[in-house]
Amino acid sequence: MKTFNYHSAKDVKEASKLASPNSAFLAGGMTTLPSMKLGLASYKDIIDIKKIKKLSGIKVSAKTVTIGATTKHVEVANSKEIKKVIPSLAALAEGIGDPQVRNRGTIGGSIANNDPAADYPSACIALNAMIITNNRKVIADKFFRGMFETCLKKTEVIEAIEFEIPQKSNYQKLPNPASRYAVVGVYVAKHKSGINVAVTGAKSCVYNDSDISDALKKNFSASAIDNVKVSSSGMNSDIHASADYRANMVKVFAKKAVEAC
Amino acid sequence: MASLVGSRVERKEDKRFLTGKGRYTADINLANQTYAVFIRSPHARAKIKKIDTSKALKSSGVVDILTGEHIATDKIGGLIAGWAIRSEDGSEMKCPANPPLAKDSVNFVGDPVAVVFAESLDEAKAAAELVKIDYKVLKAVTSLADTMNSEAIHDGIDKNLCYDWLLGDRQKVKDAFDKADKIIKLDITNNRLIPNAMEPRACVIDYNTASEEITCYTTSQNPHLSRLIMSAFGGVAPENKLRVVAPDVGGGFGSKINLYNEEIVCSWAAKKIERPIKWVAERTESFLTDTHGRDHITHAELAVTNDGKFLGFKNETIANLGAYARVFGTVTPTYLFGPCATGVYVMPAAYSNVKAVYTNTAPVDAYRGAGRPEATYTIERIVDKAAIELGMDPIEIRMKNFPTEFPFKQTLVHQIDSGDYVAGLNKAKEMSDYDGFAARKKDSESRGKLRGIGVTTYFEACGIAPSPVVMMLGCGVGLWESAEVRFNPTGQVTVYTGSHSHGQSHQTTFAQITADELGVPIENIDIVHGDTDKGTFGMGTYGSRSLTVGGIAIVNACKKIVAKGKRIAAKMLEASEDDVEFKDGEYVVAKSNKKKTIGEVAFASYLPGVRDEVKSPLPEGDEPGLIESSFFDPANFSFPAGSHIAEVEVDPETGNVRLDKYTAVDDFGTIVNPTIVEGQVHGGLAQGIGQALTENAEYDESGQLITASYMDYTMPRADNFPEFNLGFTCTKATTNPLGVKGCGEAGAIAAPPTVMNAVINALGGREIQMPATAEKVWKACQQNKKSNSEAA
Ligand SMILES: Cc1cc2nc3c(=O)[nH]c(=O)nc-3n(C[C@H](O)[C@H](O)[C@H](O)COP(=O)(O)OP(=O)(O)OC[C@H]3O[C@@H](n4cnc5c(N)ncnc54)[C@H](O)[C@@H]3O)c2cc1C
Repeated sequence: MKTFNYHSAKDVKEASKLASPNSAFLAGGMTTLPSMKLGLASYKDIIDIKKIKKLSGIKVSAKTVTIGATTKHVEVANSKEIKKVIPSLAALAEGIGDPQVRNRGTIGGSIANNDPAADYPSACIALNAMIITNNRKVIADKFFRGMFETCLKKTEVIEAIEFEIPQKSNYQKLPNPASRYAVVGVYVAKHKSGINVAVTGAKSCVYNDSDISDALKKNFSASAIDNVKVSSSGMNSDIHASADYRANMVKVFAKKAVEAC
Repeated sequence: MASLVGSRVERKEDKRFLTGKGRYTADINLANQTYAVFIRSPHARAKIKKIDTSKALKSSGVVDILTGEHIATDKIGGLIAGWAIRSEDGSEMKCPANPPLAKDSVNFVGDPVAVVFAESLDEAKAAAELVKIDYKVLKAVTSLADTMNSEAIHDGIDKNLCYDWLLGDRQKVKDAFDKADKIIKLDITNNRLIPNAMEPRACVIDYNTASEEITCYTTSQNPHLSRLIMSAFGGVAPENKLRVVAPDVGGGFGSKINLYNEEIVCSWAAKKIERPIKWVAERTESFLTDTHGRDHITHAELAVTNDGKFLGFKNETIANLGAYARVFGTVTPTYLFGPCATGVYVMPAAYSNVKAVYTNTAPVDAYRGAGRPEATYTIERIVDKAAIELGMDPIEIRMKNFPTEFPFKQTLVHQIDSGDYVAGLNKAKEMSDYDGFAARKKDSESRGKLRGIGVTTYFEACGIAPSPVVMMLGCGVGLWESAEVRFNPTGQVTVYTGSHSHGQSHQTTFAQITADELGVPIENIDIVHGDTDKGTFGMGTYGSRSLTVGGIAIVNACKKIVAKGKRIAAKMLEASEDDVEFKDGEYVVAKSNKKKTIGEVAFASYLPGVRDEVKSPLPEGDEPGLIESSFFDPANFSFPAGSHIAEVEVDPETGNVRLDKYTAVDDFGTIVNPTIVEGQVHGGLAQGIGQALTENAEYDESGQLITASYMDYTMPRADNFPEFNLGFTCTKATTNPLGVKGCGEAGAIAAPPTVMNAVINALGGREIQMPATAEKVWKACQQNKKSNSEAA
């Protein structure tokens, strides 16, 4: 690991001010630190945001669940309030990586990183999330731009993520056997306003599968998905799963999610 | 005093390991030490055109940078293959030179080319980036199947072939096949594995400028052998000026048998730069450069009669050696593999033919089970296939071909002294509720799942020894083991063993057998290992040989102690030696009931005299002290055997395989500590199941290792396993006084075919190769669906 300057920011303003094209925020460090150790990334400044109290915590209102950016996966997984209103979100957090990762990794870090195989981006899309930063609010659909790419500016700090409480929802994933990231993860959520079928792991970036959601709009049942065609074009292919397999699994896991809704 | 052999004595090691007090090589820091970073080839195959270290040498904190040129100038020797194997045509095997730092060519990604020594690790790494190496990149040879038709990697090694070896009689096999009702054919791969010891390799070197002695602390399974090779072949220093210490070692599984490039280079360099050196591998270096395991392609044929009797067996295998032949590299796919090819069966005729080839991949060497898992996988898969094709039950076909009398002369080499395969399989059948399978299958099906059951019966040849035998087969050294037992004057016992514990719990097991022999409380017994300056000599730990060979050396040394003690006790008790009996740590004269404890005898042996009188307790001709040593060379290997049964549930929608039940019934002869043995079985099973379901080392066409991290190389985790259901049967080994057989490798040997037979059973007989990953299984389910609908 290359040497760097360590800063612990006392508030969001300071964190943002310290940020530069050559810096990274340190939340859980579960992505940043391994990539620095492997020499895949190096930074001049590491800005620790864990001491900023305001960034952590869970708030539930009648229509929304708001989770602070540095809230750890384990906290979401164990939250009684979240389990009550969006159990699928707590279950998603429970299925991330392993206990060590869940004890350190944060929702803000996960979303900022936008790994194509990460779980949380699917929750953001399915639950019409609003990403709240230090200078704006962005709807999830506009936030995730592509592989490891978001609309965040270098000096922008995610403060919280606000999820809409759905009527029903469920998340099912085929975990990568080695890392436990999603080979395919499908988050189905039925809102008053419509149905989202957010798919992660399958392509370079999370997406809403409108063919499946259209089919579900007509008939919210697993069998409604049977006749939907999921094309393998644009799907990821690696040693763990070919594009063809992934395309098939999108359907299988969408069905599983609907069944479990 | 109750015997400790057979009891669940708590592990003496637990306290230090579970409280983080283990002392591993990387925990050692020496004053004034420098840090080594190796510069490794990023290419699988290339010529080294030029190395420019000028800029790097000026970098901050750099002490020195050494390359293959320096190695050549100092005439430092390379790494070696420990076994010389001959081809079927009588020619000697062909091995390339393997210098510790590559000078002219590199042959796998990770091959070390240069080394930087600096004041800090960061400085060493920074300087390493400044070393400029010009390579001429050549086309890599990575596909095992095509290797023999590819360009030769090493000068003078035609077809990349190390040897083309045969064991058995082709004519006899042909005759047997001519008589067969049916020939069963099978093509399989034995997937390449990365051992992944929890502790990465490391070495810390101290050079004493006064005594000119080099001390190498290292992560080795056999420090004595490392010293021998480093001295005799590396020419680093004479053995008396070289001390190798392997302190706590966090797992080896065969990957730490070898002496590696880094140990030779750092030992040699410490003397050159007159500074201590520390090197610790990073995890990526472990993936790239630890010796890998398995990696075979096999075509096998089994000749059978219609009622399921075996007539003959052929095994044609291509084995990958990787870029170079290492210590057990050449013997693993031959004598550790070929003889076990016919399994636990009466097989009138058989041969194993192995072509071992070089590729531009990391060297392949012994990995838990070494050769025997590959052999067992082949025979147990083809026996199951025979059962399917003949419409027989897998247990029935096995029972039909078991030997019933022991000693059993196995087809290819071994004379198996003891065993009872029928009893083992019956017990496994019962413990696994084999007869209840149909009902469980129905239940799975009602939930849309498939269920399969798999059986394996195996034997293995371990306790790797008889020196005359192994040397006749091509081993460069004898494989005995040594021990020295010292009674201290105040009554405690120190046992020096040449075996090495890197997870095997010798500190406990060896103390148990010593306590039984000497009648000394186990708390007063210390086991010392892993240091060439302590104890006699040792051949190390691999091939489940520690207890069966090393343990027996301890027993024999103890017996010598007891015998000498008896002579002394008789004199002290003024009795004839014949009247003295040794029991539970006491020498007793039956007639008078006068006695001396062995501690009193030990004391007297060191302080042979009393005040005011010239009187020695030592019999005439005996010297003071109570120290004895023994070298044990058994008459034969030992032959554990067992029957394993697994059940899997497959989700046809996703291809996910869930291992639901696993029953293992093993015969390890006498069991010294059941808890430790169960731990060994659990560990072996975890690795075997990992091979069957998750693990696979993959290189791409250019020779880059794609699975070079835990994000891609799938180590099995606790949630991949069910609760293991373990049982034991016991037929004692007749070749050692304890009747022990060795248990370290059994799980890794038996689990792959057991699990794969279950998966294939669930897939209605459709064959897939290991590992049975979700996508492969899903595809097989899709194909089954397609052929079922075509049939309908
Ligand atoms: C072994 C392993 C297994 C894993 N398995 C899974 C899995 O199954 N599913 C899954 O979804 N994830 C998985 N992860 C990822 C993990 O969940 C973390 O969430 C993820 O690594 C990022 O979160 P972090 O808090 O650790 O971020 P960090 O590593 O601290 O930061 C990551 C990036 O996000 C930026 N960042 C962090 N916080 C903010 C913020 N508030 N505002 C703006 N930018 C910010 C940083 O600048 C940095 O670039 C795994 C990770 C590991 C190491």
